[in-house]
Amino acid sequence: MAKKEWQFEKIEPEKFNMVGMKQDESEKLADKSVSFWREVFLRFSQNKLAIFGIIALVIIALLAIFVPVFSPYSYREQLGIYNAPPSASHWFGTDDLGRDVFVRVWQGARISLFIGITAAVIDLIIGVLWGSISGLAGGRLDNIMMRIADVLSAVPYLLVVIILLVVLEPGLLPMIIALSITGWINMARIVRGEVLSIKNQEYVLAARTLGASTWHLIRKHLVPNALGAILVTMTLTIPSAIFTESFLSYLGLGVPAPTASWGTMASEGNKALTSAPWRLFFPAFFISLTIFAFNAVGDGLRDALDPKLRK
Amino acid sequence: MKKSNLFLMLMLLALTLVLAACNFGAEEEKPASEDGKKEGTEETTEGGPKELNLVVASEPPSMHPQLATDSTSNAVLKNVFEGLTTVKDGEVIEAAAEKVDVSEDGLVYTFTLRDAKWSNGDTVTAEDFAYAWTFALTPENASEYASILYPIKGAQAFNLGEGSAEDLGIEVVDEKTLKVTLENPTPYFLELTAFKTYYPIHKATAEANDTWFAEAGDQYISNGPFTLSEWQHGGSMTLEKNANYWDADNVALDTVNISMVESETTAATMFDKGEIDFLGAPYQSVALDVIDRYKEEGILNISDYASIYVYKFNTTDEIMSNVNIRKALTLAIDRQGLIDNITKGEQTPATGMVPAAVKGFEEDRGYMKDNDIEEAKKALELGLQELGLSDASELDIKLSFNTSEAHAAIAQFIQEGWRTNLGIEVTLDNSEWQVYLDKLSNLDYQIARLGWIGDYNDAYTFLEMYNSADNGNNDTGWENAEYTALLEQSNKEQDPAKRLELLKQAEAIIMSEYPVAPIYYYTNLSVKKDYVENMELDALGNIYLKYVDIKK
Amino acid sequence: MLRYIFKRLVYILIALFIIITATFFLMQLAPGSPFASERDFPPQIEEQLNAKYGLDNPWYIQYKDYLVDTVSFDFGESMKYKGRSTNDIISESFPISLTLGIEAMILSIGLGIFLGVIAALYHNKFPDYLASTIAVLGISVPSFILAGLMQYFLAYKLDLFPVSGWKGFNYSILPALAIAITHAGFIAKLTRSSMLEQSSSDYVKMARSKGLGKWTIVIRHTLRNALMPVITYLGPLTAGVVTGSFIIEQIFAIPGLGRHFVTSITNRDYTVIMGTTVFYSIILLFAVLIVDILYSVIDPRIKLKGAKK
Repeated sequence: MAKKEWQFEKIEPEKFNMVGMKQDESEKLADKSVSFWREVFLRFSQNKLAIFGIIALVIIALLAIFVPVFSPYSYREQLGIYNAPPSASHWFGTDDLGRDVFVRVWQGARISLFIGITAAVIDLIIGVLWGSISGLAGGRLDNIMMRIADVLSAVPYLLVVIILLVVLEPGLLPMIIALSITGWINMARIVRGEVLSIKNQEYVLAARTLGASTWHLIRKHLVPNALGAILVTMTLTIPSAIFTESFLSYLGLGVPAPTASWGTMASEGNKALTSAPWRLFFPAFFISLTIFAFNAVGDGLRDALDPKLRK
Repeated sequence: MKKSNLFLMLMLLALTLVLAACNFGAEEEKPASEDGKKEGTEETTEGGPKELNLVVASEPPSMHPQLATDSTSNAVLKNVFEGLTTVKDGEVIEAAAEKVDVSEDGLVYTFTLRDAKWSNGDTVTAEDFAYAWTFALTPENASEYASILYPIKGAQAFNLGEGSAEDLGIEVVDEKTLKVTLENPTPYFLELTAFKTYYPIHKATAEANDTWFAEAGDQYISNGPFTLSEWQHGGSMTLEKNANYWDADNVALDTVNISMVESETTAATMFDKGEIDFLGAPYQSVALDVIDRYKEEGILNISDYASIYVYKFNTTDEIMSNVNIRKALTLAIDRQGLIDNITKGEQTPATGMVPAAVKGFEEDRGYMKDNDIEEAKKALELGLQELGLSDASELDIKLSFNTSEAHAAIAQFIQEGWRTNLGIEVTLDNSEWQVYLDKLSNLDYQIARLGWIGDYNDAYTFLEMYNSADNGNNDTGWENAEYTALLEQSNKEQDPAKRLELLKQAEAIIMSEYPVAPIYYYTNLSVKKDYVENMELDALGNIYLKYVDIKK
Repeated sequence: MLRYIFKRLVYILIALFIIITATFFLMQLAPGSPFASERDFPPQIEEQLNAKYGLDNPWYIQYKDYLVDTVSFDFGESMKYKGRSTNDIISESFPISLTLGIEAMILSIGLGIFLGVIAALYHNKFPDYLASTIAVLGISVPSFILAGLMQYFLAYKLDLFPVSGWKGFNYSILPALAIAITHAGFIAKLTRSSMLEQSSSDYVKMARSKGLGKWTIVIRHTLRNALMPVITYLGPLTAGVVTGSFIIEQIFAIPGLGRHFVTSITNRDYTVIMGTTVFYSIILLFAVLIVDILYSVIDPRIKLKGAKK
């Protein structure tokens, strides 16, 4: 039996050529001493899609800053031309109250980008900490922490929002609070899952036996290895925050009308799908473009940061 | 690995089983009825069964005439039940009653019932009416609409726990005769007997089964032109022609299919695709998105509706207690502009408290001019002086409305008008419906929107709520002794012309103090397929399917 | 394992208790009542209504009632829909949402994993860009816009599907797609990213060096390990999807359970709020438990009891 196995396992020499680096190349790499971050930057800048993402985000940000300032119209001014299609004077047309959609899209970008990014950052911080502590600790603490997350996601969200509506004045703060109450749970669950599978890997066990602190483990081993999943989850957080914002604004928690946001413009535009499709198209397009750009940047970052993908 | 494969296989198997076990609604029954529908439409051309397809916006919360409160339930109840009277072409006519005798003092109504039958073949008796009305008034049954029966003698006292059922002015003289004594001569009482709370219910069934109205079926016994034959909760309802209805020969439709479709957009698409034959209140409503297109196609019907959209002022608020500020805000609303560009339903700009669809109030009473900026500015200046302010920008005003895109659009239009014309910055305050109602009844607002739909076609239903600051429907904190007196007088007045005059005097008082800014009188918009005939809305927004016919 | 599951059941009961408590106090705090409307009625009638539905009891009695309801799994009569019990409402509408939800889940998992694997295998090549673009579009166009567009173009303009209703398989395709696409996009991204992580790990290199084909490796090795985060996401997602989506049910007029989560709250229909919340919580808590059990099935290195030895 041992013989047979030996025969089966016999490996042809040419198979070794297919994978792995050549001797001279690996020595070349060893020669250069490039700092980690410089290397990350270099790899990132070679990723065309990621660069496109960065450029798109910068342009969107610039437009959001400057268009409302320099536009001949204001976001709330009613011009008396109702539901007009895009034209030379109104590039994105006008809405049901006769307001210029172009200026409203960029005014709305301010709120939506702020909400999306703030919510994503808060979710990131709470979610990653919660998930990694829970996964790392295991046992009772894990159980308690994750059941807290379950409880928060099971309690009727709409009721919580209604209570916030009663207690707080509408505006950005209650909006951020409402978004943060449950937003991080997904992130925490995913990070915990990743941590569970990483923490029993040999290198983590090794680090642990060498006396690494929990914080060190999270920072140096768990987060970098869960980075892919974290970045992907963040790219989901941003659009869901943008649209939850429109739902919350609809209920009265957000910045009061006539202030615009992409989410509210898109959901109102959705109701005018057949009579004024531009009211849906433009905000929806820029939401998608933004998410796409964030995604491209996220993917690029992940590739650049992943030590295992080094060539 | 093998183990986990097995596990996955098992999961998949389980899923398939679940999927197979799940039914798509009523899959087994539905295809049959769908086939039936197809055959039906083909046969209709040859004079076969006539089907009408409609949608309503939600599941009717209650199909009990005495417990129902909302318009969706009403839209169905109107066609499965019938009151003593009914409304045809705006006139009250006898329905379950054959003859009505009114005493000279207007206090005693004697109804003689016609030989009508329940859907199970039993005779409709005076006892059934007395039973239903007493049911509504019995405090323990907690009917939310019981107050509409208050004109009946002793009704209010009994309903509020101070009287007894024996003292009610409802007397069953014999099987066919019902004698009703009123508290006051109520000139619109025969309008009321057409209202759903005044419908009879089948006494034997109701006594035997206290949830008889929760499902369709044999226990759901009704006396109207149709019976409720199927009810898939949250999905659809089917009405069938009631063979036992006294006027069954004049009912053209055989079946009415009512689906529950919450989205207006979806309903419009269904109409465009021919899945439904009629669209418009109370059977869902025409979405804003398609109004212009239907107008262009020339199929949009617009009918007057006895209801009003108003902005109420909280007169206990520091700023809003000033009558001139209220006047300025009321005058500086471009109602016609709002109607033409935002609401689009050819509503009538409201310059009074009683809609033009109400009898005797068709003409403009001339209390104010729409969008009167000049007068508004004068009033504003006066108001600012009285408040000790120097500039309109110092006013801090909040306009509240409940969550809805339509209310939001109207509020933004008016907000912009006040800003550009009067220089007043108004903040919009949008809240969830119940939170909003809470704010309204606690007078925790400054300006707030509300719609009011008439229960019966009489000015009183639009004026009564302001008769006292304590009236639960007032919500403005405003009251006026003279106004209250005029209303009381009108209730005792038997001469219709004099009564109308009293009501108009009352309206003039409220229109001079501006506790409420009327915005517009609603209209009902509807579209229907060419082959649908006689499907008309009355001023109260009701459709009687009894008269509807399909001619393909 | 059995001991672990038993322990988790205890935690599930505690969590359920906390959920009921929190929901109860939120309901108490929220303004409004199931009987509120713009048309006021006399306070005496309101008292009668409150008495009829037990709303006049002090809060601790009401609280106790809800706990008893939960234990006996009988949530009482709806306060809005007269004569209808909460149990009936759930048992009539849940099968519909479940059917639609399972369809949507199969679609989103199938589509998502397929796109994710393609993207990872052809990392930074055209198929990756294409798959990623589809995924990102799926994520960034929310279901209500997608549903509206599909309804208008596929059902109305092209007449391929019925506009709305729930009368057969035909009626479920568009809503299932509308629910599935967002999730499929996210699953695709997640699969792609963790596949990429796995594809450079030692055992994959080993498998490759053994000469195994690309797809064989994917199916037998990488995917299995890459599914960890996907399964984490799928657990709670399944609980959410099978209990129905308010927006999709609204747009396609489906008599499912999803709408009751929202309308019961806007109606302040307390018994239905509690019933649906408890129902959803149980499904969610068990879905999360199944995910944890699946972890150790997929990756035997994961020990559920926790690593602190």
